[in-house]
Amino acid sequence: MAVLVIAEHDNQVLKTSTLNTITAAQKINNEVHLIILGKDIQTLSDTSKSIHLLSKVLKCDNEKLENFLPEILAPIIAKTALSYSHVIAPASTFGKNLLPRISALLDTTQVSDIIGIENENTFIRPIYAGNAISHVQTNQEINLLTIRPSSFEKCENSGGEATLEEIPFIDSEAKTHFVSKEVSKSDRPELGSARIVVSGGRGLENSDNFKLLYDLADKLNAAVGASRAAVDSGYIGNEYQVGQTGKMVAPELYIAVGISGAIQHLAGMKESKVIVAINKDLEAPIFNVADYGLSSDLFQAIPEIIKELDLLNQIDS
Amino acid sequence: MKLVYFIEIQMKVLVAVKRVVDYKVQIRVKSDNSGVETQNVKMSVNPPDENAIEEAVKLKEQGIATETIAISIGEEKCQDVLRTSMAMGIDRSILVKSQNSLEPLAVAKTLKKIIEKEKPDLVLMGKQAIDDDSNQTGQILSALLNWPQGCFISSLKIEDKKVFISREVDEGIEKLETSLPAVLTCDLRLNTPRFASLPNIMKAKKKPLEAIEIETLDIDIEPKIKTLKVIDPPTRKAGVMVKDVKELVQKLKNEAKVI
Repeated sequence: MAVLVIAEHDNQVLKTSTLNTITAAQKINNEVHLIILGKDIQTLSDTSKSIHLLSKVLKCDNEKLENFLPEILAPIIAKTALSYSHVIAPASTFGKNLLPRISALLDTTQVSDIIGIENENTFIRPIYAGNAISHVQTNQEINLLTIRPSSFEKCENSGGEATLEEIPFIDSEAKTHFVSKEVSKSDRPELGSARIVVSGGRGLENSDNFKLLYDLADKLNAAVGASRAAVDSGYIGNEYQVGQTGKMVAPELYIAVGISGAIQHLAGMKESKVIVAINKDLEAPIFNVADYGLSSDLFQAIPEIIKELDLLNQIDS
Repeated sequence: MKLVYFIEIQMKVLVAVKRVVDYKVQIRVKSDNSGVETQNVKMSVNPPDENAIEEAVKLKEQGIATETIAISIGEEKCQDVLRTSMAMGIDRSILVKSQNSLEPLAVAKTLKKIIEKEKPDLVLMGKQAIDDDSNQTGQILSALLNWPQGCFISSLKIEDKKVFISREVDEGIEKLETSLPAVLTCDLRLNTPRFASLPNIMKAKKKPLEAIEIETLDIDIEPKIKTLKVIDPPTRKAGVMVKDVKELVQKLKNEAKVI
């Protein structure tokens, strides 16, 4: 039986996490279908047909689906799920919010936050903030999985020729109403999929000082992240938090600035290819996972790095 | 003559609390790779569950909630997290005794049984447990009860049975309005959990704690997922310390080739 991937999107474009999830689905079965639920998603559904290796796009278009309330989405997906062996969603706040509801409706146990797929019923997932790795086996009629997007490459967005099928909307009497969404607007790359992430911690001391990090991030075309301490202190919004209870990232380069490196933070970034730690405290645990450590005052080091990068750019051009 | 009836409005809050390895403990994988060592290790209330307890106690202090109940599922020792909850201000507790660790689906089914009996208006719990990091129970429970779901909340306001919440989502903050009864899961920034004072710890010892055997609830708690092995994560090779910014930038460009 085919594998069903639940699309994460904003009614206009797919989130990168959807492309990571399709790659994961491919490791289970060659036949992968994508279900898109939303409002006015004709264009989105049409463009999704060309995703590489996708055989079918299922579309459910209704104004009540605009804000992705799980109470409304879950019954529709649960009904569709009956003809699939696996249903997969990204372990983003979207997927985490939605998939367990489907698991309740189907009376199956979900496997959360998968980082590796051994075969169609054996999966690898971190537990205890990634301080232990669990290999689990599930053999239920329908297997529900969330996958960690940063652990799977994104699939190609072109070259495919999927068919498009409309599925009926099922109205649920939802008592929850969407009020608003405060989305931080930024021209920087998305934190979850950026090639470079520049992250700040308590060492930044206040929100004004985060401007230093923004400057460095812009120089490197990087996304900005933060430790829980920095978010709790109000230096920056919750959407920037990297760690066990925030976002999981695995960029090519992660620069941790003024972050001590609590295990909860390391859980969210230690899969990065190259880690740089800048901290004046030589004892900071972040140095234990860093490829390059610089024991220095960040307020001096960051402007110096920006200057060095400018010099490099001049030489290159 | 016009009669005025004073009806006491009841508002019961149930808080689900999990006993987990303390967040400061560096955990160890068992030598037979069957799991993580939990014997002789400091155990505590799951951190986001503390936020749920704090919120319930605050609702009672504000006169919105009339009764607060904590529930935990697990071995006899889970009594300690219930005592902690009551020391923080929860009125009474229920321990559902189970020798086996339960999957989120079984936990949610157990909670549903208790909820059918206790009939709370609001159920609060942490958004995830820091041991298995599943992040499922609240969502499953809300679906089983067919109640509104509010996950990862960082603010809560209740007015005339209307519930206003802010949720921490990947893009920022989402605001929803819903109604009671509801299931809400708490994020770490919802509040700052209080410390239990010594007099309150003493008082908590006298608060009621009811124990129920899970077998009496007649639910399917059979695990559906088999753990094949639990292993240590790959360790990162120790890196180098650079002497200055110049060396750092050179290494990133020429050695790591990432900039």
